[in-house]
Amino acid sequence: MPKYEININGVSKSVDVAEDTPLLWVLRDHLDLVGTKYGCGIAQCGACTVHLDAKAVRSCSLPIASLAGQKITTIEGLSEKGDHPVQLAWKEVDVPQCGYCQAGQIMTASAFLDKNPNPTSDEIKTAMHGNICRCAAYTRIHKAVEIAATKIG
Amino acid sequence: MSTSSITFNRRAFIRTSSLASGGLLIGFNLFTACKPKVQPPVDISQLNFNDFNAFIKIADNGAVTIFSPNPEIGQGVKTAMPMLIAEELDVAWKNVYVQQGILDTENYTRQLAGGSQSIRLGWEPLRQTGATARQMLVNAAAAKWGVDPSECTTSEGVITNAKGETLGYGDVVREAAALEVPENVTLKEPKDFKVIGTDAPNVDIDKIITGKPLFGLDYKVEGMVYASVLRPPAFGKILDSYDDAKAKAMPGVLDIIRIGEKAKELAKEGVGNWTVAMGKSDKVVVIAKTTWEAMKAKEAITATWVDDSSMESTEFQDKQLLGLLDGKEFKTLRKDGDIDKAFSQADKILERTYESPFLPHNCMEPMNFFANITDEKIHLVGPVQTPEFAATAVAGMLGRDVKDVHLEMTRMGGGFGRRLYGDFVYEVAEIADAIKKPVKLVFSREDDMTAGTYRPAIKYRIKAAIKDGQVTAYHLKEAAIGGNMYGLIPNFFPAGAIENYQVDVANYQSNITTGAWRAPYTNFLAFAEQSFFDELAETMEVDRIKLRMDLLEKVKGTTDERIQYSPERMQNVIKVAVDKSGWGKKPEGVFQGFAAYYCHNSHVAEVADVEVEHGIPVVKKVTCVVDCGIVVNPLGAINQIEGGVIDGVGHAMYGDLTFMEGQPQSQNYDKYRLIRMGEIPVVESHLIQNDLAPTGLGEPTLPPAGAAVANALKAATGNRFTQQPFSKFPELMQVPTKPIIG
Repeated sequence: MPKYEININGVSKSVDVAEDTPLLWVLRDHLDLVGTKYGCGIAQCGACTVHLDAKAVRSCSLPIASLAGQKITTIEGLSEKGDHPVQLAWKEVDVPQCGYCQAGQIMTASAFLDKNPNPTSDEIKTAMHGNICRCAAYTRIHKAVEIAATKIG
Repeated sequence: MSTSSITFNRRAFIRTSSLASGGLLIGFNLFTACKPKVQPPVDISQLNFNDFNAFIKIADNGAVTIFSPNPEIGQGVKTAMPMLIAEELDVAWKNVYVQQGILDTENYTRQLAGGSQSIRLGWEPLRQTGATARQMLVNAAAAKWGVDPSECTTSEGVITNAKGETLGYGDVVREAAALEVPENVTLKEPKDFKVIGTDAPNVDIDKIITGKPLFGLDYKVEGMVYASVLRPPAFGKILDSYDDAKAKAMPGVLDIIRIGEKAKELAKEGVGNWTVAMGKSDKVVVIAKTTWEAMKAKEAITATWVDDSSMESTEFQDKQLLGLLDGKEFKTLRKDGDIDKAFSQADKILERTYESPFLPHNCMEPMNFFANITDEKIHLVGPVQTPEFAATAVAGMLGRDVKDVHLEMTRMGGGFGRRLYGDFVYEVAEIADAIKKPVKLVFSREDDMTAGTYRPAIKYRIKAAIKDGQVTAYHLKEAAIGGNMYGLIPNFFPAGAIENYQVDVANYQSNITTGAWRAPYTNFLAFAEQSFFDELAETMEVDRIKLRMDLLEKVKGTTDERIQYSPERMQNVIKVAVDKSGWGKKPEGVFQGFAAYYCHNSHVAEVADVEVEHGIPVVKKVTCVVDCGIVVNPLGAINQIEGGVIDGVGHAMYGDLTFMEGQPQSQNYDKYRLIRMGEIPVVESHLIQNDLAPTGLGEPTLPPAGAAVANALKAATGNRFTQQPFSKFPELMQVPTKPIIG
């Protein structure tokens, strides 16, 4: 199988996988970075969201072969001590119920606020629309994004 | 202070020991008595959850660890249950470390998550355990000082005597461990609560926001392989043969096996709702080095399936259910007075039929489980709401002693009822037994949605008689697939409020597997009944709130012990909801809908506000008032309320799983709509403050939400929705150009 060099959370990693292996499974099964979650496998739920060169992307639908030379950030690498403003806002609001989708929500929110640090309520809704929370903790997700914005913006 | 109820024999469920490393270990059993002579271990690494299902450790330095017994599915019990212990132990919540207890198979009567019962049933025993531990520490301190224990007080882990001298819990744990377990402990009065009623964040919050391994899908051991299972493509089909030549040659594939023999034995016994369809067929299992390789190779298998039983479509089932409602074959669950007579004497009769589809649970974490089976041990790890049941079934299936089973629970990425059924545990056990390697079974989203234990499709027909401005008869008929409403549901409102009252049920046994889904049966019954009462008020030309309040008035002072709800508490939540929602006082353009419902021992009233945007009615806000007794953790409670309401709105609006020829027509989120951020209403929550024992909160806010929305949509559009999901009827969503009167 081919070898791929990828840069994850600032560290260069080498993996020996088939070219169509989605980044999600490289992270979870090969690199033991299990914070990125499997939800649907077809880029519909957002549980697997990571940053690719600071842009939020669905890792379940990104073949490893397409990632050469790009920088990937996962929930584990969002901050060193779990103190990214979005993570802190999640904690302040006590967002999670089951918690499974939250890494994906946080990754979507942090990439969004990076580009738009002063969003309107509707812009937050639009940005977060692609991430499903089956527990429907949406009210708190929305509030946490608003709070994080006040600290970033 | 109140002396606690004598229902629980403290000697029977609490044992203590002195830890070798220092400190006191208290082992206790929640909801059950422990074996008479067992003792907690002296080494913390030897915790035996066969003997006790929960432990409290108080270290020499005063640090408190609580091993929380019940599975966590997002409902917050991993936080709230230890809060009950901490309250009576009288320690500061911030100094308590909570760890998920693991589970084995003996001595568990209720170590499960379901029915919104964890807090209700844990209320007494958990507080008693905390109070007992506190008393032992006080007794030890009193002995040291040579004073009477009654002269000592405690606060945040510190004992103080009359002279003002203090000892920390950690200073006396060694002595306390040697003392007798006290018999008559007293519990705090609610006014003295310091932990209960305060906001406690999710105990796993730091791990969740940093992506630490926490869930079943995250669990890994050295040498673990992955399994992906090919199951029948349709209910009614079973495996004949398969060709795995191509799949076997694919990268990472270690083995491809056929399983089913052992699980079929379970299916025959009706274990875990596996009576039909999926449980009857053999399955093909790909074992691979990684999840992706296993899933991909599965796609490359060509299998031949044969018809075993009928392949049903939604259209066919709808006819069956309507046929049952039209027929006479019912089982009567409750009968008061004589409905037939009342109907024959009625001035007016209102009859409506309400229809709901199947719903998959769609936990965000797909079903998965780990197993490693050796001659010595059956090691199972993963997310399951009924660990005790799964462990017993696996032991039975493999012909092993249940003592060999060691089951660890992980945090669950949602449950909603799906993880009450252990089909995925039986599957992985059969696989692990065959391959003799540690293995993780992972469902793809498609597996998860198509091999479900669905919320059954149900139809209700409700008929009421009106005479002289009164409701004189109420007849509720249910036709459901795979099972019927059960237990106490026929004794919910309006039972007791209407003289002639009858509940009849009929069942169509399909081969599509059905099971509990968040607020089983009431999740749709509330929609039917609370929509019906709205229309009844319109028919009677009376105020819709007054109609409900008057009916509740008639239940006050009832001597009928079957009645489950409290008319006083129900009236109260209605009054508060009317007040808080600004009922009837909204400006033009805001259309309100009301619903009130009792289930899972809690009383709930909801008001939905609908506004028209771009010609389409939109649910903008839901005001939700809940009486669930004392609220243990308001921060968690509000999260449950908001989630339950939005979940209820979302499924009423969009949730739909149809079948063609036995095959689910939605397999993933591209064809199954769940409510998303852009569609949510604002949820305004109000918790009734009282000193009554706490009741459930994981489920009761969901059932009335659909009705409140339907009633608001009626106000906005003039159209009444009697079928879910509402999104299936865009023509009813049209807002008339002329304003609605009334």
